[in-house]
Amino acid sequence: MAIETTEILDRSSVQRALTRIAHEILEHNKGTENLVLIGIRTGGDYLAAQLQKIIAEIEGDKVPLGTIDITMYRDDLGSRSDLAMGQTDIRFPLGDRKVILVDDVLFTGRTIRAAMDALIDLGRPRNIQLAILVDRGHRELPIRPDYIGRNLPTARNEQIEVEFNDQHIPVGVSLIK
Amino acid sequence: MRNILIKNGRVIDPANKLDKTCDLLIEEGRVAKIGTALENDNAEVIDATGLLVVPGLIDMHVHLRDPGFEYKEDIISGTAAAAAGGVTSLACMPNTQPIVDNLAVCRYIISKAQEQGSANVFPIGSITKGLKGETLSEMGELKDGGCVAFSDDGLPVVSSELMRRALEYADTFGAPIISHAEDLSLVAGGVMNEGPVSTELGLKGIPWVAEDAMTARDIMLAELTGGHMHMAHVSTRGSIEMVRQAKARGLRVSCEATPHHFSLTDEAVRGYNTNAKMNPPLRSEDDRLAIQEGLQDGTIDAIATDHAPHSSVEKKVEFDLAANGIIGLETSVPLTLELVRAGLISETRMVELMSVNPAKILGVSGGSLAEGQIADLTVIDPDVTFTYSKEAVVSNSHNSPFLDRKMQGRAVLTIVDGSVVYDGLTS
Amino acid sequence: MNFQHRHVLGIKQFNATELNFILDTAESFKEINTRKIKKVPTLRGKTIINLFFEASTRTRTSFEIAGKRLSADTVNISGSSSSVVKGETLEDTARNIEAMHPDIIVMRHGASGAADYLAKRMSCAVVNAGDGTHEHPSQALLDSFTIRQHKGKIAGLKVAIVGDITHSRVVRSNIDCLNKLGADVWLSGPKTMLPPGIERLGCKLAPSLAAAITDADVVMMLRIQRERQGKTLIPSLREYSRYFGLNEFNLKLARPDAIVMHPGPMNRGVEISSAVADGPQNVILDQVENGVAVRMALLYLAAGGENLVED
Repeated sequence: MAIETTEILDRSSVQRALTRIAHEILEHNKGTENLVLIGIRTGGDYLAAQLQKIIAEIEGDKVPLGTIDITMYRDDLGSRSDLAMGQTDIRFPLGDRKVILVDDVLFTGRTIRAAMDALIDLGRPRNIQLAILVDRGHRELPIRPDYIGRNLPTARNEQIEVEFNDQHIPVGVSLIK
Repeated sequence: MRNILIKNGRVIDPANKLDKTCDLLIEEGRVAKIGTALENDNAEVIDATGLLVVPGLIDMHVHLRDPGFEYKEDIISGTAAAAAGGVTSLACMPNTQPIVDNLAVCRYIISKAQEQGSANVFPIGSITKGLKGETLSEMGELKDGGCVAFSDDGLPVVSSELMRRALEYADTFGAPIISHAEDLSLVAGGVMNEGPVSTELGLKGIPWVAEDAMTARDIMLAELTGGHMHMAHVSTRGSIEMVRQAKARGLRVSCEATPHHFSLTDEAVRGYNTNAKMNPPLRSEDDRLAIQEGLQDGTIDAIATDHAPHSSVEKKVEFDLAANGIIGLETSVPLTLELVRAGLISETRMVELMSVNPAKILGVSGGSLAEGQIADLTVIDPDVTFTYSKEAVVSNSHNSPFLDRKMQGRAVLTIVDGSVVYDGLTS
Repeated sequence: MNFQHRHVLGIKQFNATELNFILDTAESFKEINTRKIKKVPTLRGKTIINLFFEASTRTRTSFEIAGKRLSADTVNISGSSSSVVKGETLEDTARNIEAMHPDIIVMRHGASGAADYLAKRMSCAVVNAGDGTHEHPSQALLDSFTIRQHKGKIAGLKVAIVGDITHSRVVRSNIDCLNKLGADVWLSGPKTMLPPGIERLGCKLAPSLAAAITDADVVMMLRIQRERQGKTLIPSLREYSRYFGLNEFNLKLARPDAIVMHPGPMNRGVEISSAVADGPQNVILDQVENGVAVRMALLYLAAGGENLVED
């Protein structure tokens, strides 16, 4: 079977989606007070950095940014061939913060479950909100994003790939059949 | 007793300077005739085309473990293993329980072997009572009772004075002393050869000098006393060189080497293989080559296996705790044939090492196919290939580093006293 | 990086890429040890048995904490309470433990090769916490981790290891590990404590203690294990200390920014003076701290190797 790649979002569409998400976050939280951005490695951390930049452009405020690696919280140890582990880098307390958890693609929801467990081990945020660039459906857990770049119904065996350039700037989203 | 006619074999009998393809007739348990186109209506005819017909092999260093450790081996299983390896006579070491330091044990071994064994068994008595290294055994009586030599094998005779007297006293009765040469203070708890491999594996090493130091002492004592000193299982270049020099000086010094020491090095210990643990330990490649040189130039008189059966209880343990020793009766022919194929020794030399010389050193019959001799003989197929498998082992124990090794050549017929004790031809 | 190892038996089994991968993994776990809640669910439901036939408070505690911080259930079996004293063979002990279905066995044993022995007979993962005078992989890894932390690299550093080389499993693992990671390893000790052929493992023998230490980036002092040696190796601790002990004077031969390491427990005043042990260059407690992170990484990788090809 030949691999077929279809571009869903180009670079400027991704940028527009992120700008809209930034506005929604600010609207919903009435500004940047107590707000923090935490991106899930890898992909979510790059998008969180983009959101931080856009929010700074809008509000003039640099929201604290952290990254989280969820490998230690995964529930599939032993069925993975890749045991590589990234690092969590959150240099501020999470207590009473409004955490915007950022990931590129929302699929089964298991990654988000792991990320929430990881966050809660680090502190007790006031709330956790979820920002997603692409929601492709097929949830296996009761998880619902608060901010969505694009809803994209997919078949289970298809893949969604968010591409980044060398500066970690998103340049497009593709569907791979 | 049936007569046996072995036809068209290559009969190698160095004692009578014979090496030719011919027939050999056994009548009444004796070698009746050697010649071409022999016929005998009453004889079972064996076609030995392409096979070697040699005087029965004599292994002068075997542990039969009987009495006392029959769970490892007994006289029945041990002599069956000997027969399967082409060995018609063997000398067994006295470290049994009770120890062969008295006539009763000596007679027990001889009679059990005669009644139930498959090979001739010659006990070796202990040099010292209880192998304690303190007082001499009653060598005269033991010699009269059938012991052919004296050894505290497994342990050195630490006291030099005692070793001197042992040589003198044994020589009174015409028996050789077989020395297990080891300076225990240099062994100092070592479990393998000292060298890069022991360093890497973190196992305590036994330096070569532990053997050489004691060999030097024993050779000097042989010179002092004029007694016959036979060095068991020489394993280092240094000890072989000392024996070479001793012989050049005309001393009554002889020695033996084992197939494992000329086939393997301490590399075999890697993986903590307890079947590569024995004493003396497997040495370096240089030592291995020195043994081969010694076999070639006549410094080494005999190939002996140091057949040392141990049960899995003693071997399937941590390397430090594992017992020393491996079985060897069934692998000495194929391993020695490797030297023949490599062009290091001739078939004739092989027969000298495995039959003629051991008979001479121990002063026992055998080592010859002269007409009228008792028919102890071995037929060897030098070409047959096989894998030495655990299932095929005849010995009661399986502690061999050669398991699963592809081998070429083996005994296919063993005849003791005119009777077939092992037949690998028809099976 | 595809990590394909079921057991952690020794440094010997790993190449440089794999060693770096283990160190990187440990880096991820190090962060947990500074949290308020020092626990992640990574090995939830896994059972780890710490089977220690030799007393070792430090290593055992480090492995135990590592397992607990990964949410594994850790059970300690020590030599004194084990059936070995009752005459049971290691094989039988192993089989009995295996019947209880542990996921990982961490073993310390006095016989070289004991970890290999166990791994051949077990279906669960085996992590070697020190076997005889053979290997002590977790110690070597935590040492490399600590060097990397302080020096930012390992390749090209001069590392001097001083002491009883013959009786040290730490040395064998460290030589192999540091050598594979590109360090220049020098050994020093009385000749009674230098085993033959040790340089073949990838190190150099220094003609003197001073030569070993001079311009070293790392000075690693080994414990003189009094219980391991007879009376023939050194005449006295006093003389040993005089010729092979590290003190504030001979440490000046090393680079000014050199770090001083010791696998512990230290004999103060013998192989290391108190001034050095407590001095600004010592990283001994960092080693202990990093030990937990490195062991977390090893346990994680061993548990994750469950469905991998056998080594």
